Amino acid sequence: MILTLVLVCLAVAVFLAGRRKAVSLTGGRTSVLHSRPVYHGFYVALACGLPAMSLWFLVLLAGDWMIDRTVVAALPGELREASGPVLQRFLNDAETLAGGGVPTIGITPELEAAAASFSHLTLLKHWIGFGAALGLGLIAAGLAMRRIDISRRTRQPVERVLLVVLLALAAISVLTTAGIVFSVLFEAIRFFDEVPFLDFLFGVKWSPQIALREDQVGSSGAFGAVPLFTGTLLITLIAMLVAGPVGLLSAVYLTEYADPRLRATAKPILEILAGIPTVVYGFFAALVVAPALREAGAGIGLDVASESALAAGLVMGMMIIPFVSSLTDDALAAVPADLRDASLGLGATQQETVTRVIIPAALPGIVAGFLLAVSRAIGETMIVVMAAGLAANLTANPLEAVTTVTVQIVTLLVGDQEFDSAKTLAAFALGLTLFLVTLGLNIVALRMVQKYQEQYD
Amino acid sequence: MTDTARPMTSVHLSDSSRGRLRRRYARERNFKIVSVSALVLTAVFLVILLGSVVLNGWSGFLTTKLRLEVTYSAEHVDVDNPANGNFRMIVLDGLRERFPDVTERRALRALLGIVSNQGAWDVRDALLDNPSLAGTSRELWLPAATEVDMLNKGYVDRSAPEELRLIDDRTIAWVDALEQDGDLATVFNWTFLASGDSREPELAGVGGAVLGSFWILLVTFVVSFPTGVGAAVFLEEFAPKRRWVDIIEVNINNLAAVPSIVFGLLGLAVFLNVMHLPRSAPVVGGLTLALMTLPTIIITTRAALKGIPPSIRDAALAVGASEVQVVSHFLLPLAMPRILTGAIIGMARALGESAPLLMVGMVAFVVDLPSGPTDPATALPVQVFLWADSPERGFVEKTSAAIMVLLVFLIAMNGLAVYLRQRFEIRW
Repeated sequence: MILTLVLVCLAVAVFLAGRRKAVSLTGGRTSVLHSRPVYHGFYVALACGLPAMSLWFLVLLAGDWMIDRTVVAALPGELREASGPVLQRFLNDAETLAGGGVPTIGITPELEAAAASFSHLTLLKHWIGFGAALGLGLIAAGLAMRRIDISRRTRQPVERVLLVVLLALAAISVLTTAGIVFSVLFEAIRFFDEVPFLDFLFGVKWSPQIALREDQVGSSGAFGAVPLFTGTLLITLIAMLVAGPVGLLSAVYLTEYADPRLRATAKPILEILAGIPTVVYGFFAALVVAPALREAGAGIGLDVASESALAAGLVMGMMIIPFVSSLTDDALAAVPADLRDASLGLGATQQETVTRVIIPAALPGIVAGFLLAVSRAIGETMIVVMAAGLAANLTANPLEAVTTVTVQIVTLLVGDQEFDSAKTLAAFALGLTLFLVTLGLNIVALRMVQKYQEQYD
Repeated sequence: MTDTARPMTSVHLSDSSRGRLRRRYARERNFKIVSVSALVLTAVFLVILLGSVVLNGWSGFLTTKLRLEVTYSAEHVDVDNPANGNFRMIVLDGLRERFPDVTERRALRALLGIVSNQGAWDVRDALLDNPSLAGTSRELWLPAATEVDMLNKGYVDRSAPEELRLIDDRTIAWVDALEQDGDLATVFNWTFLASGDSREPELAGVGGAVLGSFWILLVTFVVSFPTGVGAAVFLEEFAPKRRWVDIIEVNINNLAAVPSIVFGLLGLAVFLNVMHLPRSAPVVGGLTLALMTLPTIIITTRAALKGIPPSIRDAALAVGASEVQVVSHFLLPLAMPRILTGAIIGMARALGESAPLLMVGMVAFVVDLPSGPTDPATALPVQVFLWADSPERGFVEKTSAAIMVLLVFLIAMNGLAVYLRQRFEIRW
């Protein structure tokens, strides 16, 4: 770490020296230079820093591998022949011991010897590697310094390096998507090796507990995801029944009726609602809404579960009202004023204008907004984790407790667990389903706007 | 004209027409009422939500302390080694003196229970601060146990049958006696703001979670801001306008709509299982949230760059700036207010996010304050989630109070973003 910083300092020093040399060459009239002094500075700094840093990181990466090889080669025969995990554990312990930690196995002479050679070789690696990197950097810096000249074109190479860096940064965003797809897909495929794909997709029994003993009751875990899908859909449906009309109508009121002052106060209210963390909604659902529904249900003789789908759905609906409303608002605002004026000019009332002219014209945008809201509701996690149930329940009754895809992902993965049981991998299969469904909804929504939106004027 | 004297009988004034008009106007009125009530309903939701948080949470910022005279007797404290005294016994002796009629063993234990476990440590700290106290008596304000705190704040129903209450009649009598003598005080709960998590509600605080969130956001910002701005600059200014750039664009827009929990799965699979970074550490949480924030930053940066009029670009190119210089000397500085606004809003969203953090193991019970991005830590919203699960009444107010702290941070960040936008944004 400190050695890396030394190399960075070297590059900075070389930058200053390069810039200074460029200025001094001109005797103060920097306008005679082809490239501005800063570029000369960057040029030498890059010439020095790039090879030095690359060599240093190469040493850091490859060095550990070489040290492992050397230590293994020096081990007594039976350990060297040991299986991979045992050897790996021995090496890890030796490294821990070398670093002053406490190893997991007892300290043996072999381990001490290995640890000694570890610390010895690591020191060697650091100093040889650092020396080589420093030397390389100094030589490169010297060569580059000598090439600084009034007519030297240093701007072009510096800019080219910068563009490569920018390209690499842009690639990260693509790699993230690829990372999501591959990491989730890879684990999901491992899951489908153990559980048939169709059983997962169409099975109606979900109980992911894998028994510790063979003869335990319910020893075979069942991974039929249909109850999770129906639970998710039920809660999403309730949420959309709340958020759809309320969001649509408040957007209509704000765009068509409200005067600018009211609009200026109502918009921030919606934005506050949109900015509240979902964990707060979850707490609200569990602490306020669910008990209230339970009492109201008891009052009229209905048995409402304390983790009912209704409570989670209602609160989730509240959460996506601003989302629906702002997307609908955009769609309504995009309808040209001509249409509105023409309709009103023909004597239609505002209500007729809205329902027969503006909403039909904005329909693709509104439907796209609803689809995005559905995708949001499906992927929402905290509200359902805190307010919906854990047990899979195949029902359409909103007063009962249901569980959702996201709840199961969280319950399967929170806490320590080994990484290759079907239970853990099931979470990735669910995650993949979730990713594909939300991605599909987004693409359909975008398509819908592109394809069906009328182009006015 | 012969019919001028007759009343006008245009079709528009026939009875059926008037009826239709009335119905149309009624529909108009009803529609307006329905849509305004949708808006009102939304506002009511917000009021109930925030109201229930504030009503439940304001008392979380207060705590109950009780005054007790303690004696650092030689029996329990060694003058040469003051750190090693039996401070619980000192507290118990103080209580015994205060309530001399309590003698039975079980009752004494219950009596000791009205003082928080922290009490003995506070007695010890007072001695360590001032070693000359050894052998003398001192009046100290000690934190009360959570049951006493709840009673004092009025959350215990005194009329309920004793066995259904958290606190028995005997203890209530003690507390009332303390209160009558002015030995019970409700003070601001500094512990809540400063300390880490605890199993005891009266000792639990959001300090650790706030620090954890700080480290997470620091990592998120350091990773996502340069990456996002660089990627956006490349895509907007330098990328050849070809098909694959369109694909990347669609891809980034879709990435912005991926559920946050999927990013958590990515973080779990890549950072924990492939790269073996430490579990529960802010660095992993920060990296995961950075990937989630990246699309937001890219999208706002591109919008900001697009918003700069072409005349600026043309003018800079005309006086001989290279394309890179146009970006670094003109476009980026001009776009910076909008980029920063977008980045702060993205950070605010990352601050409120908890689902991906659950995936990368940031749900641990962490007592110590994290002092760096690799220490085990938890985040403010995750702390809310953890406390919301606790059955004790004392944690309900703490949960709401933690939500209030979280909302204060969010409002501050959004306020800063609005300020930046209004103060620095240039209208072309």
